[in-house]
Amino acid sequence: MSSAGPTRRSLLAASALASLFGCASPPPSPWRSLTPDEAALLAALADRLIPPDPEFPGAGEAGAAAFIDGALASPWGVSADDYRAPPFAPGLPGQGWQSPFTPREIYREGLARLTRHCRLAYAGRRFEELPPALQDEVLGRLERGAPPFGPFERLFFERLREDVITSYFADPLYGGNRGMAGWRLIGFPGARYDYRAWVARHGEAVDVPYAALPSPREV
Amino acid sequence: MAPRAAGSALGALLGLALLALLPPRTAARAGDAGEAARGAYLARLADCGGCHTPPGGAPLSGGRRIPTPFGTVTAPNLTPDPETGLGRWSWQDFDAALRFGRRPDGLPLYPVHPYPYFARLDETASRELWAYLRTVPPAVQPVRGAALRFPFDLRLLVAFWNVLYFRPDPFRPDPAHDAVWNRGAFLVEGPGHCGACHTPKTALGGDRPPFLGGGEVEGWTAPPLDGDPATGLGGWRVEDIEAFLATGTDGRHLASGPMAEVVMQATSRFRPEDRHAIAVYLKSLPPSSPHPLTPPPPPPASGAALYALRCAPCHGEGGEGVPNLFPALRGNAAVAGAPASLLRILLFGARAAATPARPTGPAMPPVGAALPDEEVAAIASYVRARFGGAGPVSGEDVASLRVRGP
Amino acid sequence: MVRLKPVDAVIVGFGWAGALLALELSAAGISVLALERGPFRDTVDFPPTSAPDELRYAVRHDLVVPPARQTITFRNRPDQLALPVRRWGSFLPAWGAGGGGVHWNGQVWRFRPSDFVLASRVAVRYGRRFLAPDLTLADFGVTYEELEPYYDRFESLAGVSGQAGNIAGRIIPGGNPFEGPRARDYPNPPLLMPYGPSLFAEAARALGYHPFPQPAANLSRPYTNPLGVTLGPCTYCGFCERFGCANAAKASPQTTVLPVLRERRNFWLRTDVTVLEVVYDRTARRVAGVVYVDDKGERSFQPADLVILAAYTFENVRLLLLSGIGTPYDPESGRGVVGRNYTYQTTSSVTVGFADKRLNPFIGAGALGMVVDDWNGDHYDHGPLGFLGGAYLAALATNGRPILNHPTPPGTPRWGAEWKRAVARSYLRTFRLIASGSSLPHRAAYLDLDPTYRDAWGRPLLRMTFDFHPFDLRMSEFVTAKLAEIARAMAPAWLTVSPRRGPYSIVPYQSTHNVGGAVMGADPATSVVNPYLQCWDVPNLFVVGGSAFPHNPAYNPTGTIAALALRTGEAIRTRYLARPGPLV
Repeated sequence: MSSAGPTRRSLLAASALASLFGCASPPPSPWRSLTPDEAALLAALADRLIPPDPEFPGAGEAGAAAFIDGALASPWGVSADDYRAPPFAPGLPGQGWQSPFTPREIYREGLARLTRHCRLAYAGRRFEELPPALQDEVLGRLERGAPPFGPFERLFFERLREDVITSYFADPLYGGNRGMAGWRLIGFPGARYDYRAWVARHGEAVDVPYAALPSPREV
Repeated sequence: MAPRAAGSALGALLGLALLALLPPRTAARAGDAGEAARGAYLARLADCGGCHTPPGGAPLSGGRRIPTPFGTVTAPNLTPDPETGLGRWSWQDFDAALRFGRRPDGLPLYPVHPYPYFARLDETASRELWAYLRTVPPAVQPVRGAALRFPFDLRLLVAFWNVLYFRPDPFRPDPAHDAVWNRGAFLVEGPGHCGACHTPKTALGGDRPPFLGGGEVEGWTAPPLDGDPATGLGGWRVEDIEAFLATGTDGRHLASGPMAEVVMQATSRFRPEDRHAIAVYLKSLPPSSPHPLTPPPPPPASGAALYALRCAPCHGEGGEGVPNLFPALRGNAAVAGAPASLLRILLFGARAAATPARPTGPAMPPVGAALPDEEVAAIASYVRARFGGAGPVSGEDVASLRVRGP
Repeated sequence: MVRLKPVDAVIVGFGWAGALLALELSAAGISVLALERGPFRDTVDFPPTSAPDELRYAVRHDLVVPPARQTITFRNRPDQLALPVRRWGSFLPAWGAGGGGVHWNGQVWRFRPSDFVLASRVAVRYGRRFLAPDLTLADFGVTYEELEPYYDRFESLAGVSGQAGNIAGRIIPGGNPFEGPRARDYPNPPLLMPYGPSLFAEAARALGYHPFPQPAANLSRPYTNPLGVTLGPCTYCGFCERFGCANAAKASPQTTVLPVLRERRNFWLRTDVTVLEVVYDRTARRVAGVVYVDDKGERSFQPADLVILAAYTFENVRLLLLSGIGTPYDPESGRGVVGRNYTYQTTSSVTVGFADKRLNPFIGAGALGMVVDDWNGDHYDHGPLGFLGGAYLAALATNGRPILNHPTPPGTPRWGAEWKRAVARSYLRTFRLIASGSSLPHRAAYLDLDPTYRDAWGRPLLRMTFDFHPFDLRMSEFVTAKLAEIARAMAPAWLTVSPRRGPYSIVPYQSTHNVGGAVMGADPATSVVNPYLQCWDVPNLFVVGGSAFPHNPAYNPTGTIAALALRTGEAIRTRYLARPGPLV
């Protein structure tokens, strides 16, 4: 069952009503792979994994959802580079990833289960509506795979954590690390290519402007 | 008539008829090998292949399309093929075309063929070139007529052009200079036809002064070859010019665009003494335009940060480059002179000449392709101001070149 | 299937080994065709406006062959079921023109003299009973002295930056006192040293060790090599391993030999073609050429008088097995040679964190750092230690980019506000020291064909059966403790010590030094190729690359792969072509 089901149905119903009354249908979604609800949930999750503080935004504020949306829409999202021939077998830990699930499937299912869990456990509320302490508790249980969560949720958490951190430190070109916030947090100057003047200046703060790659040109 | 006399007269007639049916004689006499060899070297000096050899095709077989501001001309087949080449031509036919721009049917050739320069050759040189051409393997390559735009396709107008721009005078040495200088002058003004690219042109495509004062070809700036310190060869030494012609680089500048081909196909194969003569001659030319007295404009601030980030890793913080690999921007005519080459290189990239002595053939990636027009303009303006003392370029200049394409 | 016009020599794979063979053979005037499964690449593909992209190159592996195109199956032991490596982890095989030479670190080492004759040396020094019964250690069949001129030639082609430690027997302070004697110094001086490696060297010196700058094919200054090709100076950008270099400052086939090869009329490079098999006539003991397939699925037979396999260890061995060349190794009986003696690299690390010192880890180059070689090789007595081999210990200023390197002190939570604070504090002040250790061959470490899994063309995948030998794990424990000793002498605020533990896992990245499987040697009973890398069974077939190593010393393999390739190329050019047949 798709987690986007109810939302999409209501959207469609709304647009059907709208066209019945001659109003314009809602604008197309800016998301290429996620639904708007999934994107909102991801942003909230990301802002707990790397929370905002007075100086630096959280990962969600910095664009984690946009990053993950772009990644899922790319070949990576469907594991295009993986060897995917059967038979699949669980394998030993040292034999690595042996699952046929793609990142798109993992996110769809993981976000759906999380949404369902919150609705059931927290009186119909969404994750975004919970207070931060409760959000962290949910995340902690996901991370441990503690009941009612299990091995799949643990896998989903690891995927999420890795991708949120990646979004925070990848070039802003990819949708996250907005304003190079992640790089400013840690002091990584970014997509620069010449430190010859600084190699021998041991221990000094490298005083160069933060820089990102050129964003794609709008033709 | 006595039977024997009639027979021999008939025999003679038959012999002549037979001779007429035979294919044109190729050089078979003892002295001819030397003549053809001298002609081969002249062909290298004149870089006939530059226009007349199609890429990857048979030598001098024509078919190569040459863009001009007036339309496209297709270079003829110079091989001895009787149907599609010069197989049925005589030396006189060839000489008229080579040095005087006249076809065997009497119509003029378009001055895309640089006969105003080849007119500096003398008759001996013309015969040597002809002897060489007869030794080139015949290649069948039919060549369509020219496709110049109206009214430039009217050949009779060329006669009018010739009145304005054609001086059929062979080269005369200047007694005020030595043999080396005169050899260089002959090579540059004659077979080398450097002015065909490096001399500014009128609207009709004829040379206008100053001689070797700079031009533009196929969208590239052909810098002045005079003594201007910023835009010309004023900052070069004789040995720098020689190295550039021999290897494609003098350490600080790299030949790219159409000049890369000239170096690879022609000048790198000249005799060293001829490259030296050319260098000596060029270095003797005074600066043609006075250096501007107004101070150079200040480099735009935005350009400085962009330069430091995108360009300095290769071209250096001070624009010094890396010898033979990344051109120096400081003192570089492509930076200080007309901006066509600079913008083209930024937007479309370029590959420099690769010669046996300097095989690297460094390539500049099309860095500007990924950047917005304003950033490309800022970088170009910064580089021109800081390293060339030259004026800025605008985002519109960049945008229009981007649209025009390489 | 199209039958193409014959060539004199066909080279399968255009990485370092293939490119150097192409250089040597085309110089002899014969027609040489190189076939590469991946795309064409050149320096202009990595401009500063796109090269420094950690996500694209380091995380998404843009220059690495996708497992969907080519992978292997893996298990630790013969009694286990091998499963496909569906996603790369432990190693990253390259593809494309230049192979791993485009995105490597640039670490260029010479093996020690003792490395080449370790088996016979150990038998004398420690006695045969010292060797565990399952070790299949063997000598290379070539000595350091025989290889020295070819090491020199490669270092000169690549413009290696370094400090010699032993020139013709004279020990030079500041260099590696344990290295084999060299004819002359490196062509370029060492790179400038950043803070982290300098601290490491200081601490090592205080402990009585002999730190020296790592020899680097990241050039310390502009350089024109003996072929006339010019390379640029390294800018310490830190986007090195897994990345192409924007300023031609990292030696690769493109920046050192391709410009010359490009102009040779008797050399051709065909990219985007995959060789499916080597055509082998068993009765005649000759190979006739190779069959390859292009991106449209069209197959072609390329006849050739001489076939050179230079397709990396995995494909070298797999092509031999698929083509029925040589006797496949059988781990039960111990007989057979193709697939035998597969080894790897036993790596480990120590991470140090400082409270006060700003290390700027983003300033780096692939082979930039200081090395301590005192616990490597066999110059110290292994008798009481119960293992063989050793490791070089290094502080390398490389891979300091944040997606894959955002360390935190032990005990830090894995996410949340505290994690964020710790990462913010630690990124600039943390450094990773490494031990690169040797890898011993044993009976149960080998390569063969998988019975179940196949590639896109229906051919069985290569199967890797490998685990570290107990000697190697013991070695790792020992050398990592030595590394930790130096780390403590740097007076960090905290440190974590991570020796290599078994069983070998394919998951975390360790090293792309997969070697063996088509080993060289003096004895055809235990080797596939002779000391000139010529197939014992098939004189017109040569198998070049790390597949030739009968065991893996601690050092990175490229220098030795290149030296062996140059020596083989010269042997073919000066001896084989005049009189085709066995060179030994």
